[in-house]
Amino acid sequence: MTLIDSLQNGDRLALTRLLTQVENDSAAGRAGLAEIFRHTGRGHLIGITGAPGTGKSSLVNQLALHYRKQGKRVAIIAVDPSSPFTGGAVLGDRVRMRDLAGDAGVFIRSMAARGSLGGLAQTTAAFAQVFDAAGFEIVMIETVGAGQNEVDIARLAHTTVVVEAPGLGDDIQAIKAGILEIADVLVVNKADRPGVENTEKALKSMLELGHPMRHIFQHHGRAMQVESPRDDSSALWIPPIRRTVALEGRGVSELVESIAAHAAHLHVSGEWATREQARLERETEALLARALMSHFQQDVAEAQIESVMGDVYKKNISPWEAVQELMRLHSQKEQA
Amino acid sequence: MSERKIRVLVAKPGLDGHDRGAKVVARALRDAGMEVIYTGLRQTPEMIAEAALQEDVDVVGLSILSGAHMALAPRILELLKANGQSDVKVFIGGIVPDEDVPRLTEMGITGIYGPGASTEDIIREIRESVRST
Ligand code: B12
Ligand SMILES: Nc1nc2c(ncn2[C@@H]2O[C@H](COP(=O)(O)OP(=O)(O)OP(=O)(O)O)[C@@H](O)[C@H]2O)c(=O)[nH]1
Ligand SMILES: [Mg+2]
Repeated sequence: MTLIDSLQNGDRLALTRLLTQVENDSAAGRAGLAEIFRHTGRGHLIGITGAPGTGKSSLVNQLALHYRKQGKRVAIIAVDPSSPFTGGAVLGDRVRMRDLAGDAGVFIRSMAARGSLGGLAQTTAAFAQVFDAAGFEIVMIETVGAGQNEVDIARLAHTTVVVEAPGLGDDIQAIKAGILEIADVLVVNKADRPGVENTEKALKSMLELGHPMRHIFQHHGRAMQVESPRDDSSALWIPPIRRTVALEGRGVSELVESIAAHAAHLHVSGEWATREQARLERETEALLARALMSHFQQDVAEAQIESVMGDVYKKNISPWEAVQELMRLHSQKEQA
Repeated sequence: MSERKIRVLVAKPGLDGHDRGAKVVARALRDAGMEVIYTGLRQTPEMIAEAALQEDVDVVGLSILSGAHMALAPRILELLKANGQSDVKVFIGGIVPDEDVPRLTEMGITGIYGPGASTEDIIREIRESVRST
């Protein structure tokens, strides 16, 4: 049986092994990704992001229960930070997802960020492809939520859900700048707690200030604004604000509706395809950058790099001149 | 570039709430550079085996202070095997009377640690057991 057949037949051992190979960037992992790639494109990738402790995992647990009732298969990728000092990690998101145990239609995989910034690991996007190809209709990705730059999730997911909670300091300043650029759906979780109104009000006034429609993607270093191709206001997506109590499941079916409405909007407006293309382009670029770098490192000896850097440290040449020199060394080597 | 990370599931099967040891060990393993998946209290053997499969761990660490280790350990080993994960190393910590140790070892438990066990020993033995496969 081929790999893709095993995955689509629900072989969980094959699935879990492939994820590990992909995470470790092994040859088998790359071959696996190549094989499954043309089977991707059906899953709805949903990002769940927000500050630590706002209830992301609890909400993922509840959303998964809902999607299971709709008969959809659900994959969950839960990313937690790695220690910058030891490289180790404690991945604890599963603690909040115990309701999903024993259901063969759910697959939860924890990942450590492994030094990558931006709330995701380097191979999170590849994990999403594997789950998508394996036939999971819903792929939820919980980010680190360390209050860093969280734009990566918006570039990966079709729909990004930003989770806030009352009591984190409810004024406008406290809500992280940039959140509106990435939020497709806003959630005020812990709505059983005092201060929900304030949090919701702060979000609303930020929405009114902001321009929720514009999603800015980096394209070859240029900022490109991807706008809805329609100009009538019906094509505008204003991020809805939903209240939830993740512990009890309150508000979750409304949240599921908003997420579905956003997916429908992406399809109608043509933005689904735009986002997918932008994602694939970025992914290819990132891989190219890595490949070029390792190619370079193979060709140019460490000692040569060090000697050029020595000139930079002494301010004999600028970093830019150093790059020119290294490129020259590289092409020399290639011709030799 | 990426040296292979050791992934460890730290789980607390059974009904007791003694979770200090599990947390101490989880933190120590993290500080030793391992990736630790912590599942929380009151896990059934089925939940533990399922998590071990989904997380594709190298090691399952069980923290049992309730006295139920002779019932829980064989069940978990059996489920891991049924899932095709008989290569996963299983460690137990907590309260295990000396007379149970030989039977647990025979069953296939790789390491057993009681109160006061040094986390350095635990780390070293986990590393050795994973390297030997
Ligand atoms: C603290 C404690 C409690 C605390 C627990 C707090 C908590 N959140 O953990 C409280 C007060 C709540 C408590 C309650 C009870 N306890 Co109590 N408790 C203890 C005590 C004194 C220390 C346990 C502890 O935290 N040690 C510190 C940690 C760091 O050590 P550790 O868990 O042993 O872990 C080390 C090793 O075992 C190993 N290890 C542990 N886990 C793992 C996992 C892996 C993967 C690895 C590799 C290694 C490893 O490495 C660790 C580092 O050295 C022990 C007695 C003892 N000396 O062990 C009794 C003890 C465990 N309790 C006991 C009992 C009976 C109870 C109660 C049922 C009633 C009672 N008599 O008080 C209740 C039950 C509560 C419940 N809901 O389940 C008995 C268990 C008897 C048995 N198994 O036959 C003990 C042994 C006391 C005794 N001699 O009677 N308890
Ligand atoms: N009162 C209340 N508490 C909640 C609610 N949702 C989650 N919590 C609690 O908030 C705490 C954090 O929940 P998690 O789901 O772990 O939050 P998280 O955002 O995933 O946390 P990190 O992954 O650590 O960033 C837990 O103690 C939950 O029980 C809610 O709706 N109301
Ligand atoms: Mg979480």
